[in-house]
Amino acid sequence: MTVPATDTLPSRPGFRGWLTEPEPKGWTQASAQQFYQGWLRFRAHPLGLVGLAMIVLLILVAIAAPLITSYDPIAQDLSQRLMPPSAEHWLGTDNFGRDVYTRIVYGARTTLHIVVLVTVIVAPIGLLIGTCSGYFGGWVDEVLMRITDIFLSFPGLVLALGFAAALGPGITNAIIAISLTAWPPIARLARAETLSLRQADYIAAVRLQGASSLAIIVRHILPMCVPSVIVRVTLNMAGIILTAAGLGFLGLGAQPPAPEWGSMAATGREFMIDSPWVIAAPGIAIAVVSLAFNLFGDALRDVLDPRGSE
Amino acid sequence: MSVAETDIYGNSPQGELPPSHVRRRFGRAAGRVVSIVTTLLGLLALTFFMGRLLPADPVLAITGPEVSKEVYDRVYMQLGLDQPVWIQFLNYVGNVLQGDLGTSAISGQPIIKDLLTIFPATIELAFAALLVGIGLGVPLGIVAAVNRGKLIDHVARIVGLAGSSVPSFWLGLMALFVFYGLLRWVGASGRVDVFYEGLVTPVTGFLLFDSALRGEWDVFRSALNHIVLPATVLGYFSVAYISRMTRSFMLEQLSQEYIVTARAKGLSKGKVIWRHAFRNIRVQLLTIVALTFGGLLDGAVLVETVFSWPGLGQYLTRGLQMNDMNVVMGAVLLIGLVFLTINFISDILYRIFDPRTR
Repeated sequence: MTVPATDTLPSRPGFRGWLTEPEPKGWTQASAQQFYQGWLRFRAHPLGLVGLAMIVLLILVAIAAPLITSYDPIAQDLSQRLMPPSAEHWLGTDNFGRDVYTRIVYGARTTLHIVVLVTVIVAPIGLLIGTCSGYFGGWVDEVLMRITDIFLSFPGLVLALGFAAALGPGITNAIIAISLTAWPPIARLARAETLSLRQADYIAAVRLQGASSLAIIVRHILPMCVPSVIVRVTLNMAGIILTAAGLGFLGLGAQPPAPEWGSMAATGREFMIDSPWVIAAPGIAIAVVSLAFNLFGDALRDVLDPRGSE
Repeated sequence: MSVAETDIYGNSPQGELPPSHVRRRFGRAAGRVVSIVTTLLGLLALTFFMGRLLPADPVLAITGPEVSKEVYDRVYMQLGLDQPVWIQFLNYVGNVLQGDLGTSAISGQPIIKDLLTIFPATIELAFAALLVGIGLGVPLGIVAAVNRGKLIDHVARIVGLAGSSVPSFWLGLMALFVFYGLLRWVGASGRVDVFYEGLVTPVTGFLLFDSALRGEWDVFRSALNHIVLPATVLGYFSVAYISRMTRSFMLEQLSQEYIVTARAKGLSKGKVIWRHAFRNIRVQLLTIVALTFGGLLDGAVLVETVFSWPGLGQYLTRGLQMNDMNVVMGAVLLIGLVFLTINFISDILYRIFDPRTR
C-alpha cells in the first residue's frame, strides 16, 4: 500500500485528514484508509467509473420499477399489439400488447435477482471448499481440487445447459444450474490465498493458543479471502448474466410471462422483420448491464493487480 | 489444467527428498496420466448424474405415455434401472468406452454416429471464428499496449469488452436482420445454399476444405458466404480476452531493457514492436488462443441455434427442446472431452515452445 507522500501536512482536518493520516489508529481507520487508497486508484479509471455508475443505475431501476413506469409488465392488452415506439409506449409493445419499456424495467429485477442469488450461493461454497482444500492439504486437497477440475473442464454454458435441462425449466433451476458452474474458479482462488496464509505467523500463533482447525479456517483464514473473492465474482458477473440470458433465450430460464431479457429476445425473434423493437430492446439491456460489470471488473482488476496494466 | 493452474498446483509434494531428474520427469508424466483418467471418470460421472436428475421418466420416453404394466417393467429391466446406481454407472462407463452413447429419440440413429457427422461443422465454425478473434484481437491488443493510457487504448478496450458483453444470440439475430434481411449480402442459415447441399461428398467433413479440394468453387463460395456471419459473431466474443492478454504481454515486453537497447541502437519503432517484442509473446499467445478455442465451442451452442448451423450446438439445443436426455448427455460429454483435450494440448505446446518450463 503506497501511503500518500509524507510531505502532506501531518494534521489535515476533517474526514479526509482522518483518511490520509500517516499512522492509522486502530483497525477501522486502517481499513478505511486502505479502501480510500483503492478508491483513489479506481477513480483514475474513467471507464470503471462509468461501469460503476451503470450498475448503481441498474439497482435503482430495479428497486424503483413501479415508480418509473405506470404499466403492468404482465397484463395483456391485445388491442395494443406490436405497436411501434410512441409517446405512450417508449419502446413499443410486444405481441401481447405489453409495454416493452415496462418489461425491460421489471426485467432489471429478474437480472438482479439472479445475480444476487448466484453470488450468495457460490461465494460461500467456493470459499469453504477452497479454504479447506488449502488449509488441510494432503488427500483432502487432492479430492476437492480434482472435483473442482472436473467442473472446470466443462465450458460454463454447456454445463449450465445440461443441468438446467436435467432439472427442468424455471428461474430457480436456472440459478442452481449457473451456481453449479460458477463456484470452481472461486474455490481455486480461495485455495491459492489460503496456501499463502497457511504459513503466516499469526495463524501459527492462533494454533498454539489451541484453536480448532474449523475455528482457524472460519475466523482467521476465510475473512482474509473475502476481498479477492468479491473481485472475482464481479469479474465473472458479466458471464453469469450472459449465461442466464442464454438459458432464458433457449426457454430454460425464467418462464413467460415473467419479464426476463433473454426470453423476451426469444419471443421477439418471431416478429423481428416487422417489429424489430421487440427484440432490440432486451438485447441492448443485456449488453449494457454486462458491459457495465465488465468495465467495473476490468478497472477493479487493474486497481488490485497493477501488474501488467497501468 | 491450464498453465497458471499447474503453477499454483506444484506437482511435487513438499517434504520429500528432491528426486532425481529422471524420476521427477517420470513421476510427473505418471501423475498427469492419473489426473487425466480421474478427470475423464469425473466427466462421465457428471453426465451420468445429469441423466439421473432428469424429472421425466426414461421408460415413458421410450414407450410413450400409455403402456401396460408388463411392458413398462420389461423396459425398466432392459434399461437396467432395477440395479444399484453404481452398477448403472459402471454400465454407462462401459458403454461409452465402447462408443455406445445410446440412441437418439429424434433421429432414431445411434448418437455416436450423429455426433461424428455434425462435429466437423462445429469445428469448422469455431476455427473460422478463431481466425476472426485473432485477426481483430491481436492487433487491437498491440495498438492498445503501444498507446497505453491514451484515447486509443480506451477505445480498444471498449471495442473488445463490447464484444464479450453483447449476447451472441442477439448479435447473431441482429446481424441476420441487417445483412440478410435488409442487404441480402450473405446466405441465411445452414452451411450452404439448399441446392448445393450434398453436392460435395465429405472427405474431411469441413465443407470449405472439401469443396476447395474438389474444385467445386460455387459450393466453396456459397459455404464461405454462409460462414462469414456466424464466424464473425462468434469470433467477436473472444476479441476482448485475446486483446487484453496481448496488451498485457506486450506491456511486459515493452518495459524490458532490451527494448530500450534496440531503440537506442536506432531501430524503428515498428521494427522493435514486431521483430522484438511480438516475437517474444508468440508462445504465450498460443496458449491463450488454445484456451479461447474452448470458449468458442461454448459460444457456438447459441450461435449455431440462431444460424441453424447443423453442428453440435444445434444438436444439443434440439435435444434439450425435445427432452432427449441421451442426446444432451452425449453432446455435453463430447464438448467436455474436446475442452479437456484442448487444455492438455495447450499445456504441452507451452512446454515444447517455452524452454523456461523445461
